[in-house]
Amino acid sequence: MKFLCLDCDAAMGFAERQLPGDGTMAAVFTCPGCGREVAMLTNPMETRFVASMGVEIGGRTVPLQPFEQTRTGLDRAREDAFEEPAAAPESATGSAPPAGAAARPAAPRRGGVSWSDDARARLERVPRFVRGMVKRIYTEYAQEQNIGTITVEVMDRARSDLGLEGM
Amino acid sequence: MSRDAGVTPRAIRSYADVAAPDRSDLAGQIGEQQRLLAQRLTGVGAVVAVVSGKGGVGKSAVTANLAVSLAARGAVVGAVDADLNGPCLGRMLGLPRTPLEDRADGVGPAIAPSGVRAISTELLQEEAAPVRWKGPASDRFVWQGVAEASVLREFLADVVWGELDYLLVDVPPGTDKIGRFLDLVPRPHQVLLVTIPSAAAEAVVARSATFLAEAGVEVVGVVRNMVGYAPSDGGPSMPLFSSETEARPGTATGFEVWTDIPFAPRLGRLTDGGRPPGATLDGAVGEAFGALADRVERGPGGRAEDAA
Repeated sequence: MKFLCLDCDAAMGFAERQLPGDGTMAAVFTCPGCGREVAMLTNPMETRFVASMGVEIGGRTVPLQPFEQTRTGLDRAREDAFEEPAAAPESATGSAPPAGAAARPAAPRRGGVSWSDDARARLERVPRFVRGMVKRIYTEYAQEQNIGTITVEVMDRARSDLGLEGM
Repeated sequence: MSRDAGVTPRAIRSYADVAAPDRSDLAGQIGEQQRLLAQRLTGVGAVVAVVSGKGGVGKSAVTANLAVSLAARGAVVGAVDADLNGPCLGRMLGLPRTPLEDRADGVGPAIAPSGVRAISTELLQEEAAPVRWKGPASDRFVWQGVAEASVLREFLADVVWGELDYLLVDVPPGTDKIGRFLDLVPRPHQVLLVTIPSAAAEAVVARSATFLAEAGVEVVGVVRNMVGYAPSDGGPSMPLFSSETEARPGTATGFEVWTDIPFAPRLGRLTDGGRPPGATLDGAVGEAFGALADRVERGPGGRAEDAA
Protein backbone atom coordinates (compact mmCIF):
# COMPACT_ATOMS: atom_id res chain seq x y z
CA MET A 1 0.00 0.00 0.00
CA LYS A 2 1.45 3.33 -1.07
CA PHE A 3 0.06 6.84 -1.25
CA LEU A 4 1.21 9.08 -4.07
CA CYS A 5 1.07 12.88 -3.93
CA LEU A 6 -0.09 13.67 -7.44
CA ASP A 7 1.05 17.28 -7.33
CA CYS A 8 4.61 16.30 -6.42
CA ASP A 9 4.54 12.82 -8.00
CA ALA A 10 6.17 11.66 -4.78
CA ALA A 11 5.42 8.73 -2.53
CA MET A 12 3.90 9.91 0.74
CA GLY A 13 5.46 8.61 3.92
CA PHE A 14 3.64 6.96 6.80
CA ALA A 15 3.45 9.39 9.72
CA GLU A 16 1.23 7.95 12.42
CA ARG A 17 -1.57 5.55 13.23
CA GLN A 18 -4.41 6.15 15.66
CA LEU A 19 -6.84 3.63 17.08
CA PRO A 20 -9.58 5.61 18.81
CA GLY A 21 -11.07 2.52 20.40
CA ASP A 22 -14.30 2.31 18.44
CA GLY A 23 -12.98 -0.30 16.03
CA THR A 24 -11.89 2.24 13.44
CA MET A 25 -8.40 3.34 12.49
CA ALA A 26 -6.73 6.46 11.13
CA ALA A 27 -3.39 6.24 9.34
CA VAL A 28 -1.71 9.52 8.37
CA PHE A 29 0.63 9.89 5.41
CA THR A 30 2.72 12.95 4.56
CA CYS A 31 4.21 14.14 1.28
CA PRO A 32 7.95 14.72 1.64
CA GLY A 33 7.81 17.37 -1.08
CA CYS A 34 4.95 19.72 -0.22
CA GLY A 35 4.17 18.51 3.28
CA ARG A 36 0.54 17.73 2.47
CA GLU A 37 -1.04 15.24 4.84
CA VAL A 38 -3.80 12.78 4.15
CA ALA A 39 -5.49 10.46 6.61
CA MET A 40 -6.73 7.04 5.58
CA LEU A 41 -9.77 6.23 7.69
CA THR A 42 -10.97 2.66 7.89
CA ASN A 43 -14.32 1.46 9.18
CA PRO A 44 -14.60 -1.38 11.74
CA MET A 45 -14.93 -4.07 9.07
CA GLU A 46 -11.87 -2.85 7.17
CA THR A 47 -9.91 -2.44 10.39
CA ARG A 48 -10.82 -5.95 11.56
CA PHE A 49 -10.02 -7.43 8.16
CA VAL A 50 -6.50 -6.02 8.21
CA ALA A 51 -5.99 -6.91 11.88
CA SER A 52 -7.15 -10.46 11.15
CA MET A 53 -4.09 -10.93 8.99
CA GLY A 54 -1.84 -10.19 11.94
CA VAL A 55 -0.36 -7.16 10.20
CA GLU A 56 -0.28 -3.47 10.99
CA ILE A 57 -0.57 -0.52 8.63
CA GLY A 58 2.65 1.45 8.90
CA GLY A 59 4.57 -1.58 10.12
CA ARG A 60 4.51 -3.46 13.40
CA THR A 61 5.19 -1.47 16.53
CA VAL A 62 5.78 -4.55 18.68
CA PRO A 63 7.05 -7.98 17.64
CA LEU A 64 4.48 -10.57 16.70
CA GLN A 65 3.22 -12.08 19.96
CA PRO A 66 2.42 -15.78 20.47
CA PHE A 67 -1.31 -16.44 20.05
CA GLU A 68 -1.87 -12.74 19.39
CA GLN A 69 -4.87 -13.27 17.11
CA THR A 70 -6.28 -16.02 19.29
CA ARG A 71 -6.02 -13.97 22.46
CA THR A 72 -7.40 -10.76 21.03
CA GLY A 73 -10.06 -12.36 18.86
CA LEU A 74 -11.60 -15.33 20.68
CA ASP A 75 -14.91 -14.59 22.34
CA ARG A 76 -15.86 -16.15 25.69
CA ALA A 77 -12.32 -17.26 26.36
CA ARG A 78 -11.51 -19.22 29.50
CA GLU A 79 -10.10 -16.86 32.10
CA ASP A 80 -7.71 -19.55 33.30
CA ALA A 81 -6.64 -20.86 29.89
CA PHE A 82 -3.10 -19.62 30.44
CA GLU A 83 -0.87 -19.68 33.47
CA GLU A 84 -0.64 -16.49 35.44
CA PRO A 85 2.36 -14.56 34.11
CA ALA A 86 5.35 -14.83 36.40
CA ALA A 87 5.70 -12.07 38.97
CA ALA A 88 9.44 -11.84 38.49
CA PRO A 89 10.85 -9.99 35.49
CA GLU A 90 11.46 -12.20 32.54
CA SER A 91 15.10 -13.06 32.41
CA ALA A 92 17.37 -12.37 29.53
CA THR A 93 18.49 -15.28 27.43
CA GLY A 94 20.17 -13.92 24.38
CA SER A 95 21.05 -17.44 23.27
CA ALA A 96 20.15 -19.06 20.00
CA PRO A 97 16.75 -20.77 20.04
CA PRO A 98 16.70 -24.56 20.05
CA ALA A 99 15.58 -26.45 16.96
CA GLY A 100 11.88 -26.04 16.47
CA ALA A 101 11.74 -22.86 18.47
CA ALA A 102 10.50 -19.88 16.52
CA ALA A 103 13.02 -17.07 16.83
CA ARG A 104 11.00 -13.94 17.48
CA PRO A 105 12.53 -10.52 17.17
CA ALA A 106 13.12 -9.60 20.79
CA ALA A 107 13.82 -6.26 22.35
CA PRO A 108 17.32 -5.77 23.73
CA ARG A 109 17.59 -7.18 27.23
CA ARG A 110 19.04 -4.65 29.58
CA GLY A 111 18.36 -6.14 32.95
CA GLY A 112 15.26 -6.59 35.04
CA VAL A 113 12.23 -4.36 35.11
CA SER A 114 10.08 -3.84 38.17
CA TRP A 115 6.46 -2.72 38.40
CA SER A 116 5.08 -0.01 40.64
CA ASP A 117 2.08 -0.95 42.75
CA ASP A 118 -0.35 1.12 40.72
CA ALA A 119 1.00 -0.24 37.44
CA ARG A 120 0.71 -3.77 38.77
CA ALA A 121 -2.86 -3.06 39.86
CA ARG A 122 -3.70 -1.83 36.38
CA LEU A 123 -2.13 -4.92 34.85
CA GLU A 124 -4.24 -7.08 37.15
CA ARG A 125 -7.35 -5.56 35.60
CA VAL A 126 -6.37 -6.86 32.16
CA PRO A 127 -8.25 -10.10 31.40
CA ARG A 128 -6.00 -13.01 32.27
CA PHE A 129 -6.44 -14.51 28.78
CA VAL A 130 -4.31 -11.68 27.36
CA ARG A 131 -2.44 -10.56 30.47
CA GLY A 132 0.76 -12.47 29.81
CA MET A 133 1.03 -10.99 26.33
CA VAL A 134 0.30 -7.47 27.57
CA LYS A 135 2.86 -7.80 30.33
CA ARG A 136 5.54 -8.89 27.87
CA ILE A 137 4.80 -5.93 25.60
CA TYR A 138 5.17 -3.40 28.42
CA THR A 139 8.25 -5.14 29.78
CA GLU A 140 9.98 -5.15 26.42
CA TYR A 141 9.03 -1.50 25.89
CA ALA A 142 10.59 -0.59 29.24
CA GLN A 143 13.74 -2.55 28.46
CA GLU A 144 13.96 -0.92 25.06
CA GLN A 145 13.65 2.51 26.69
CA ASN A 146 16.03 1.65 29.55
CA ILE A 147 13.25 2.16 32.08
CA GLY A 148 13.80 0.37 35.38
CA THR A 149 10.30 0.66 36.83
CA ILE A 150 7.03 0.45 34.95
CA THR A 151 4.53 2.97 36.25
CA VAL A 152 1.08 3.87 34.96
CA GLU A 153 2.70 6.82 33.22
CA VAL A 154 5.06 4.47 31.43
CA MET A 155 2.11 2.31 30.47
CA ASP A 156 0.28 5.31 29.05
CA ARG A 157 3.36 6.36 27.12
CA ALA A 158 3.82 2.88 25.76
CA ARG A 159 0.20 2.77 24.63
CA SER A 160 0.70 6.01 22.80
CA ASP A 161 4.10 5.18 21.35
CA LEU A 162 3.12 1.69 20.29
CA GLY A 163 -0.39 2.50 19.15
CA LEU A 164 -1.92 -0.11 21.42
CA GLU A 165 -5.67 -0.20 21.62
CA GLY A 166 -7.28 -1.28 24.86
CA MET A 167 -4.11 -2.34 26.68
CA MET B 1 -18.55 7.92 -17.43
CA SER B 2 -18.31 11.69 -17.16
CA ARG B 3 -14.94 12.04 -18.80
CA ASP B 4 -15.10 14.16 -21.94
CA ALA B 5 -14.33 12.42 -25.15
CA GLY B 6 -10.86 13.14 -26.43
CA VAL B 7 -9.43 14.08 -23.03
CA THR B 8 -6.36 12.02 -22.22
CA PRO B 9 -6.42 10.63 -18.67
CA ARG B 10 -3.49 11.83 -16.65
CA ALA B 11 -0.70 9.40 -16.08
CA ILE B 12 -0.49 8.08 -12.54
CA ARG B 13 2.43 5.87 -11.68
CA SER B 14 1.55 2.34 -10.61
CA TYR B 15 2.54 0.72 -7.31
CA ALA B 16 5.48 -0.97 -9.02
CA ASP B 17 6.58 2.27 -10.64
CA VAL B 18 6.92 4.04 -7.30
CA ALA B 19 10.29 2.92 -6.02
CA ALA B 20 9.91 4.30 -2.50
CA PRO B 21 9.69 1.52 0.04
CA ASP B 22 6.29 0.70 1.44
CA ARG B 23 6.71 1.16 5.18
CA SER B 24 3.66 -0.97 5.94
CA ASP B 25 5.20 -3.79 3.90
CA LEU B 26 2.22 -6.02 4.51
CA ALA B 27 3.72 -8.72 2.30
CA GLY B 28 6.87 -8.58 4.40
CA GLN B 29 4.86 -8.93 7.60
CA ILE B 30 3.07 -11.98 6.17
CA GLY B 31 6.44 -13.33 5.09
CA GLU B 32 7.73 -12.99 8.65
CA GLN B 33 4.76 -15.00 9.90
CA GLN B 34 5.57 -17.71 7.38
CA ARG B 35 9.22 -17.69 8.42
CA LEU B 36 8.32 -18.20 12.06
CA LEU B 37 5.98 -21.05 11.11
CA ALA B 38 8.61 -22.76 8.98
CA GLN B 39 11.17 -22.38 11.74
CA ARG B 40 8.88 -23.93 14.31
CA LEU B 41 8.24 -26.90 12.07
CA THR B 42 11.95 -27.60 11.60
CA GLY B 43 11.74 -29.58 14.83
CA VAL B 44 9.07 -31.88 13.39
CA GLY B 45 10.00 -35.11 11.65
CA ALA B 46 6.77 -35.44 9.69
CA VAL B 47 3.68 -33.29 9.42
CA VAL B 48 0.75 -35.65 8.85
CA ALA B 49 -2.54 -34.02 7.87
CA VAL B 50 -5.76 -35.94 8.44
CA VAL B 51 -8.33 -34.66 5.97
CA SER B 52 -11.51 -35.73 4.23
CA GLY B 53 -13.60 -32.92 2.87
CA LYS B 54 -16.63 -34.80 4.24
CA GLY B 55 -17.85 -34.34 7.77
CA GLY B 56 -18.74 -37.17 10.11
CA VAL B 57 -16.34 -39.75 8.72
CA GLY B 58 -14.25 -39.98 11.87
CA LYS B 59 -11.22 -37.78 11.17
CA SER B 60 -10.80 -36.77 14.77
CA ALA B 61 -11.19 -40.32 16.05
CA VAL B 62 -8.64 -41.51 13.49
CA THR B 63 -6.29 -38.69 14.49
CA ALA B 64 -6.60 -39.43 18.20
CA ASN B 65 -6.16 -43.18 17.82
CA LEU B 66 -3.27 -42.84 15.39
CA ALA B 67 -1.59 -40.36 17.74
CA VAL B 68 -1.74 -42.72 20.72
CA SER B 69 -0.69 -45.66 18.53
CA LEU B 70 2.44 -43.80 17.49
CA ALA B 71 3.10 -42.54 21.02
CA ALA B 72 2.81 -46.08 22.38
CA ARG B 73 5.68 -47.05 20.07
CA GLY B 74 7.86 -44.38 21.64
CA ALA B 75 7.33 -41.65 19.08
CA VAL B 76 7.02 -38.06 20.26
CA VAL B 77 3.70 -36.90 18.87
CA GLY B 78 1.94 -33.56 18.63
CA ALA B 79 -1.62 -32.95 17.47
CA VAL B 80 -3.35 -29.81 16.25
CA ASP B 81 -7.12 -29.57 16.28
CA ALA B 82 -7.56 -27.45 13.18
CA ASP B 83 -11.32 -27.75 13.49
CA LEU B 84 -11.55 -24.41 15.26
CA ASN B 85 -15.34 -24.26 15.17
CA GLY B 86 -16.16 -27.86 16.02
CA PRO B 87 -13.28 -28.96 18.21
CA CYS B 88 -13.33 -32.41 19.80
CA LEU B 89 -9.77 -33.70 19.50
CA GLY B 90 -8.90 -32.43 22.97
CA ARG B 91 -11.75 -34.36 24.54
CA MET B 92 -10.84 -37.49 22.57
CA LEU B 93 -7.22 -37.31 23.64
CA GLY B 94 -8.24 -36.74 27.23
CA LEU B 95 -6.42 -33.41 27.45
CA PRO B 96 -6.48 -31.84 30.91
CA ARG B 97 -8.00 -28.35 31.17
CA THR B 98 -5.12 -27.06 33.23
CA PRO B 99 -3.70 -23.63 32.30
CA LEU B 100 -1.26 -23.66 29.43
CA GLU B 101 2.26 -22.44 29.93
CA ASP B 102 2.58 -18.85 28.70
CA ARG B 103 6.11 -18.11 27.52
CA ALA B 104 7.78 -15.41 25.50
CA ASP B 105 8.65 -17.94 22.82
CA GLY B 106 5.21 -19.48 22.64
CA VAL B 107 2.48 -21.39 24.41
CA GLY B 108 3.12 -24.74 26.01
CA PRO B 109 0.92 -27.53 24.60
CA ALA B 110 -1.50 -29.53 26.71
CA ILE B 111 -0.17 -33.00 27.46
CA ALA B 112 -2.51 -35.98 27.12
CA PRO B 113 -2.19 -39.03 29.42
CA SER B 114 -0.68 -40.83 26.42
CA GLY B 115 2.05 -38.18 26.23
CA VAL B 116 0.63 -36.63 23.06
CA ARG B 117 1.14 -32.84 22.99
CA ALA B 118 -1.85 -31.00 21.63
CA ILE B 119 -3.68 -27.73 21.11
CA SER B 120 -7.37 -27.08 20.50
CA THR B 121 -9.83 -24.23 20.90
CA GLU B 122 -11.53 -26.55 23.42
CA LEU B 123 -8.75 -25.64 25.82
CA LEU B 124 -9.20 -21.92 25.39
CA GLN B 125 -12.93 -21.41 25.73
CA GLU B 126 -15.58 -21.73 28.36
CA GLU B 127 -17.40 -25.08 28.30
CA ALA B 128 -20.21 -25.17 25.72
CA ALA B 129 -19.38 -21.69 24.40
CA PRO B 130 -19.87 -21.36 20.64
CA VAL B 131 -16.69 -20.40 18.85
CA ARG B 132 -17.03 -16.76 17.86
CA TRP B 133 -14.49 -14.11 17.01
CA LYS B 134 -14.68 -10.55 18.24
CA GLY B 135 -15.39 -7.99 15.55
CA PRO B 136 -18.20 -6.27 13.68
CA ALA B 137 -20.94 -8.90 13.42
CA SER B 138 -22.67 -7.46 10.39
CA ASP B 139 -19.58 -7.96 8.25
CA ARG B 140 -18.35 -11.17 9.83
CA PHE B 141 -18.43 -13.04 6.54
CA VAL B 142 -15.76 -10.64 5.22
CA TRP B 143 -13.12 -11.08 7.91
CA GLN B 144 -13.86 -14.31 9.77
CA GLY B 145 -12.09 -16.62 7.33
CA VAL B 146 -8.94 -14.50 7.51
CA ALA B 147 -9.10 -14.46 11.30
CA GLU B 148 -9.47 -18.23 11.47
CA ALA B 149 -6.55 -18.75 9.12
CA SER B 150 -4.43 -16.62 11.45
CA VAL B 151 -5.51 -18.63 14.48
CA LEU B 152 -4.64 -21.87 12.72
CA ARG B 153 -1.25 -20.40 11.88
CA GLU B 154 -0.76 -19.59 15.54
CA PHE B 155 -1.73 -23.13 16.57
CA LEU B 156 1.01 -24.43 14.29
CA ALA B 157 3.66 -21.77 14.81
CA ASP B 158 3.18 -20.46 18.34
CA VAL B 159 3.00 -23.70 20.30
CA VAL B 160 6.29 -24.74 21.84
CA TRP B 161 6.18 -28.20 20.35
CA GLY B 162 9.81 -29.02 20.92
CA GLU B 163 11.27 -31.88 18.94
CA LEU B 164 8.48 -34.05 17.51
CA ASP B 165 8.58 -37.19 15.45
CA TYR B 166 5.08 -36.49 14.15
CA LEU B 167 2.71 -33.55 14.15
CA LEU B 168 -0.80 -34.69 13.27
CA VAL B 169 -3.23 -32.04 12.05
CA ASP B 170 -6.96 -32.77 12.22
CA VAL B 171 -8.33 -30.70 9.34
CA PRO B 172 -12.07 -29.85 9.39
CA PRO B 173 -14.53 -30.73 6.60
CA GLY B 174 -14.58 -28.80 3.34
CA THR B 175 -12.05 -28.71 0.57
CA ASP B 176 -11.57 -25.02 1.33
CA LYS B 177 -10.29 -26.00 4.78
CA ILE B 178 -7.80 -28.36 3.16
CA GLY B 179 -6.68 -25.44 1.03
CA ARG B 180 -6.38 -23.18 4.06
CA PHE B 181 -4.08 -25.72 5.70
CA LEU B 182 -2.00 -26.17 2.55
CA ASP B 183 -1.60 -22.40 2.29
CA LEU B 184 0.19 -22.59 5.63
CA VAL B 185 1.97 -25.91 5.13
CA PRO B 186 2.20 -26.40 1.36
CA ARG B 187 4.14 -29.64 1.55
CA PRO B 188 2.98 -31.85 4.42
CA HIS B 189 5.02 -35.04 4.54
CA GLN B 190 1.93 -37.21 4.46
CA VAL B 191 -1.81 -36.73 4.07
CA LEU B 192 -4.37 -39.25 5.29
CA LEU B 193 -7.62 -39.02 3.35
CA VAL B 194 -10.39 -40.43 5.51
CA THR B 195 -13.55 -41.79 3.97
CA ILE B 196 -16.34 -44.21 4.80
CA PRO B 197 -17.88 -46.79 2.48
CA SER B 198 -20.85 -44.67 1.51
CA ALA B 199 -21.34 -43.52 -2.06
CA ALA B 200 -22.20 -40.01 -0.90
CA ALA B 201 -19.09 -39.71 1.23
CA GLU B 202 -16.86 -41.14 -1.47
CA ALA B 203 -18.17 -38.58 -3.96
CA VAL B 204 -17.13 -35.74 -1.67
CA VAL B 205 -13.83 -37.35 -0.80
CA ALA B 206 -13.10 -37.79 -4.50
CA ARG B 207 -13.28 -34.00 -4.82
CA SER B 208 -10.78 -33.66 -2.01
CA ALA B 209 -8.52 -36.16 -3.74
CA THR B 210 -8.63 -34.06 -6.89
CA PHE B 211 -7.85 -30.98 -4.82
CA LEU B 212 -4.83 -32.69 -3.23
CA ALA B 213 -3.57 -33.96 -6.56
CA GLU B 214 -3.90 -30.55 -8.17
CA ALA B 215 -2.09 -29.00 -5.20
CA GLY B 216 0.82 -31.32 -5.86
CA VAL B 217 0.57 -33.27 -2.62
CA GLU B 218 2.49 -36.43 -3.35
CA VAL B 219 1.89 -38.83 -0.49
CA VAL B 220 -1.76 -39.48 0.21
CA GLY B 221 -2.98 -42.58 1.95
CA VAL B 222 -6.67 -43.40 2.02
CA VAL B 223 -8.10 -44.49 5.37
CA ARG B 224 -11.43 -46.25 4.98
CA ASN B 225 -13.23 -45.90 8.28
CA MET B 226 -16.29 -47.79 9.48
CA VAL B 227 -15.75 -50.65 7.04
CA GLY B 228 -18.04 -53.27 8.49
CA TYR B 229 -19.49 -53.50 11.95
CA ALA B 230 -17.34 -55.39 14.43
CA PRO B 231 -19.63 -56.60 17.26
CA SER B 232 -18.25 -56.33 20.77
CA ASP B 233 -18.86 -60.04 21.32
CA GLY B 234 -16.30 -60.89 18.68
CA GLY B 235 -18.89 -62.18 16.24
CA PRO B 236 -18.49 -61.94 12.48
CA SER B 237 -18.22 -58.48 10.95
CA MET B 238 -21.29 -57.21 9.15
CA PRO B 239 -21.71 -54.43 6.57
CA LEU B 240 -22.55 -51.08 8.12
CA PHE B 241 -23.36 -49.33 4.88
CA SER B 242 -23.83 -51.54 1.82
CA SER B 243 -22.11 -54.74 0.79
CA GLU B 244 -21.29 -53.19 -2.55
CA THR B 245 -19.41 -50.13 -1.29
CA GLU B 246 -17.73 -51.98 1.56
CA ALA B 247 -16.42 -54.69 -0.76
CA ARG B 248 -14.93 -52.15 -3.14
CA PRO B 249 -11.18 -52.70 -2.99
CA GLY B 250 -10.27 -49.12 -3.67
CA THR B 251 -12.02 -45.80 -3.89
CA ALA B 252 -12.72 -43.18 -6.47
CA THR B 253 -9.84 -41.15 -5.12
CA GLY B 254 -7.15 -42.85 -7.15
CA PHE B 255 -4.90 -43.03 -4.10
CA GLU B 256 -3.78 -46.19 -2.34
CA VAL B 257 -5.83 -47.47 0.59
CA TRP B 258 -3.58 -47.67 3.65
CA THR B 259 -6.02 -49.27 6.05
CA ASP B 260 -9.61 -50.34 6.59
CA ILE B 261 -10.95 -49.66 10.08
CA PRO B 262 -14.09 -51.53 11.16
CA PHE B 263 -16.74 -49.73 13.16
CA ALA B 264 -16.59 -50.88 16.75
CA PRO B 265 -18.77 -49.49 19.55
CA ARG B 266 -15.96 -50.00 22.04
CA LEU B 267 -13.59 -47.85 20.00
CA GLY B 268 -16.15 -45.07 19.94
CA ARG B 269 -16.91 -45.38 23.63
CA LEU B 270 -13.26 -45.28 24.68
CA THR B 271 -12.38 -42.49 22.29
CA ASP B 272 -15.32 -40.33 23.33
CA GLY B 273 -14.24 -40.90 26.91
CA GLY B 274 -10.77 -39.53 26.30
CA ARG B 275 -9.05 -42.92 26.33
CA PRO B 276 -8.42 -43.74 22.66
CA PRO B 277 -7.01 -47.28 22.55
CA GLY B 278 -5.49 -47.14 19.08
CA ALA B 279 -3.48 -50.21 18.24
CA THR B 280 -3.91 -51.67 21.72
CA LEU B 281 -7.56 -52.52 21.11
CA ASP B 282 -8.06 -56.25 20.61
CA GLY B 283 -9.11 -57.50 17.22
CA ALA B 284 -9.44 -56.01 13.78
CA VAL B 285 -9.69 -52.39 14.91
CA GLY B 286 -6.43 -52.49 16.85
CA GLU B 287 -4.77 -54.28 13.94
CA ALA B 288 -6.01 -51.57 11.56
CA PHE B 289 -4.48 -48.80 13.65
CA GLY B 290 -1.29 -50.80 13.97
CA ALA B 291 -1.14 -51.13 10.21
CA LEU B 292 -1.81 -47.41 9.77
CA ALA B 293 0.92 -46.51 12.25
CA ASP B 294 3.27 -48.82 10.33
CA ARG B 295 2.53 -47.00 7.09
CA VAL B 296 3.02 -43.58 8.64
CA GLU B 297 6.30 -44.68 10.22
CA ARG B 298 7.56 -45.93 6.84
CA GLY B 299 6.28 -42.87 4.99
CA PRO B 300 8.12 -39.63 4.21
CA GLY B 301 9.55 -38.11 7.36
CA GLY B 302 8.66 -41.20 9.37
CA ARG B 303 11.07 -42.80 11.77
CA ALA B 304 11.31 -45.92 9.60
CA GLU B 305 11.36 -44.07 6.28
CA ASP B 306 14.78 -45.37 5.35
CA ALA B 307 13.66 -48.93 5.93
CA ALA B 308 10.77 -48.63 3.49
